[in-house]
Amino acid sequence: MRVLLVLPLAIPLATGVVALLLRRFRGAQRAVSVLGAAGLLAATVAVLTQGQVEGIVAAQMGGWAAPYGITLAADALSAGLLVATALVLLATMVYAVFGMDAERERFGFYPLTFLLVLGVNGAFITGDLFNLYVWFEVLLIASFVLLVLGNERLQLDGAIKYVGINLISSVAFLVALGLFYGQTGTLNMADAAGKVQAAGLSGTPMEAALVSLFIVAFGIKAGIFPLFFWLPASYHTPPAPVAAVFAGLLTKVGLYAMVRVFPLVFGAPTGYTQVVLLVAAGLTMIAGVLGALVERDVQRLLAFLVVTAMGYVLMGLAFYTELGLTGTVFYMVQDVVVKGTLFLLAGLMQQATGARRLGQMGGLYLKRPFLALLFFTPFFSLAGFPPFPGFWGKLTLLQAGFQAGQGWLVAIALAVGLVTLLVVAQVFSVAFWRDGPAEKAETPAVPRATRWATTAPVAGLVALLLALGLWAQPLYDLSAQAAVGLMNPEAYIQAVLGS
Amino acid sequence: MEAILAVVIGVLFAASFYLLLRRNLLRFIVGLIILSNAANLVIFTMGRLTREHPPIIPSDGHVPPTPYANPLPQALILTAIVISFGLLAFALVLVYRNFQTTDTLDTERIRSAEPPEPLEARFGEEAVREQRLPA
Repeated sequence: MRVLLVLPLAIPLATGVVALLLRRFRGAQRAVSVLGAAGLLAATVAVLTQGQVEGIVAAQMGGWAAPYGITLAADALSAGLLVATALVLLATMVYAVFGMDAERERFGFYPLTFLLVLGVNGAFITGDLFNLYVWFEVLLIASFVLLVLGNERLQLDGAIKYVGINLISSVAFLVALGLFYGQTGTLNMADAAGKVQAAGLSGTPMEAALVSLFIVAFGIKAGIFPLFFWLPASYHTPPAPVAAVFAGLLTKVGLYAMVRVFPLVFGAPTGYTQVVLLVAAGLTMIAGVLGALVERDVQRLLAFLVVTAMGYVLMGLAFYTELGLTGTVFYMVQDVVVKGTLFLLAGLMQQATGARRLGQMGGLYLKRPFLALLFFTPFFSLAGFPPFPGFWGKLTLLQAGFQAGQGWLVAIALAVGLVTLLVVAQVFSVAFWRDGPAEKAETPAVPRATRWATTAPVAGLVALLLALGLWAQPLYDLSAQAAVGLMNPEAYIQAVLGS
Repeated sequence: MEAILAVVIGVLFAASFYLLLRRNLLRFIVGLIILSNAANLVIFTMGRLTREHPPIIPSDGHVPPTPYANPLPQALILTAIVISFGLLAFALVLVYRNFQTTDTLDTERIRSAEPPEPLEARFGEEAVREQRLPA
């Protein structure tokens, strides 16, 4: 059924609207939000399974045939990201019901989060470049308001940088679209496949300009070097549930757009494009991990680690081989869950100690042993330890690197993995093992029930990550399938345009 | 006609980049406004300009008589204008709220979310104060 493909958009929209209408009733608002997130998870899993049975699922909105109408299409890549998004959303919603302050709940945390997810899901399944721009703006405006929700000085400060640089990225995207339309006469991605070559643009300055504009537009959103500076300036300012959604989803949308648009529309990289992407990937990894190494504010440290992960994801795309893209898709999908878990975990650490900075935490291992246990999986997954999912992603990417003959980038990736381990070990030893600070930070009294209710969703995500690490085959197969589809887009074009 | 518009677009981009690089946040916002208008003009021009031939289907036909002006860029621009209107309104309010709390529009001074940079240590306190823009 084609209706199924509309559900990932209809459910968040409906939930957001209902939650907005119920803003005076906190209980009802919470119930609707958790139910909506659960429903979204069910719908996305249905999309994924249908895709496994039938191949790529595509639908034309309003019955206008492609390439004239707006197309929705979900292949393995889109479906995998949809499910990961819904998982993080559900965990965040459960966390927020117990861990969010009343003020932010009253001023629209739930409706805004669902509108943000609406934009994210839309970007994942649209088959039209201009429609992709519109979904970007939907998620941007929702994220702007979420970021300043609460009106703290820190948040306003972070939001100015976030808003300013993202608006510039939108304009770059718009200019790229205008030029692209002028050159090829289409904005439907499947229809545009091969048009760049057919228009005789391969290797011309025009193609270089188009590709650069797309790299800048998507790169700012993805937070790749040297366009990532807004990210550590803003991601640590909102409370944990908001930060978890941001870190889990927003940067992935930018990279998803790159992974979708470049192979499909531009084909194999020409000229210096590949070199630019390879160098950017290496520098992104290095810059992120060095920032994390010296940072002492836990959320800000994590924000730098978000940047590092983007480097790994970009690396596979830059190789432009099937194995490389497999690694990219695998790493991207598992990183959605890992980053969501990490920021919620940072929220729990803050809840337990009342501190944001590492130096003021301390003694958590004694006070909250279960939290220490939960810490292991996402953090060591980040460092690329077996048997956690990050290990499989990195292994695939490194293999792809050797295969593509880019040994220097593999060396950088390994070194960065080592430094990441140092960062993780530092966090663990300072926050968990070391004794608490002499003068205690003001620890807010958290009721026992709240403590367990906020820990439960994190524990769920951690269990899922563990399962994903121990039994990585299904996700690996899905990624390989997505990579084959990206390298040979005939099936996608066929599904969208019909025969 | 396309050539003239190309020059206009170039001038708009130049002006907006100049404003975006200023330290005053209000000028930054004005730069953004000009930038989004320049982008809209790019789309408009890339759709090719056809004058005096509106894309209207006669009552006894199914397609407009050729040549006709391309209506798609205008639909795209309309969408982009609406979106950028909303975003820029938000950005303006954000800058104003920030001005209310911090009492400054100088981007160098807006760094409470980041570790303090010893500007004064680097350049001397006098120099920093002189460099600061009038609020």
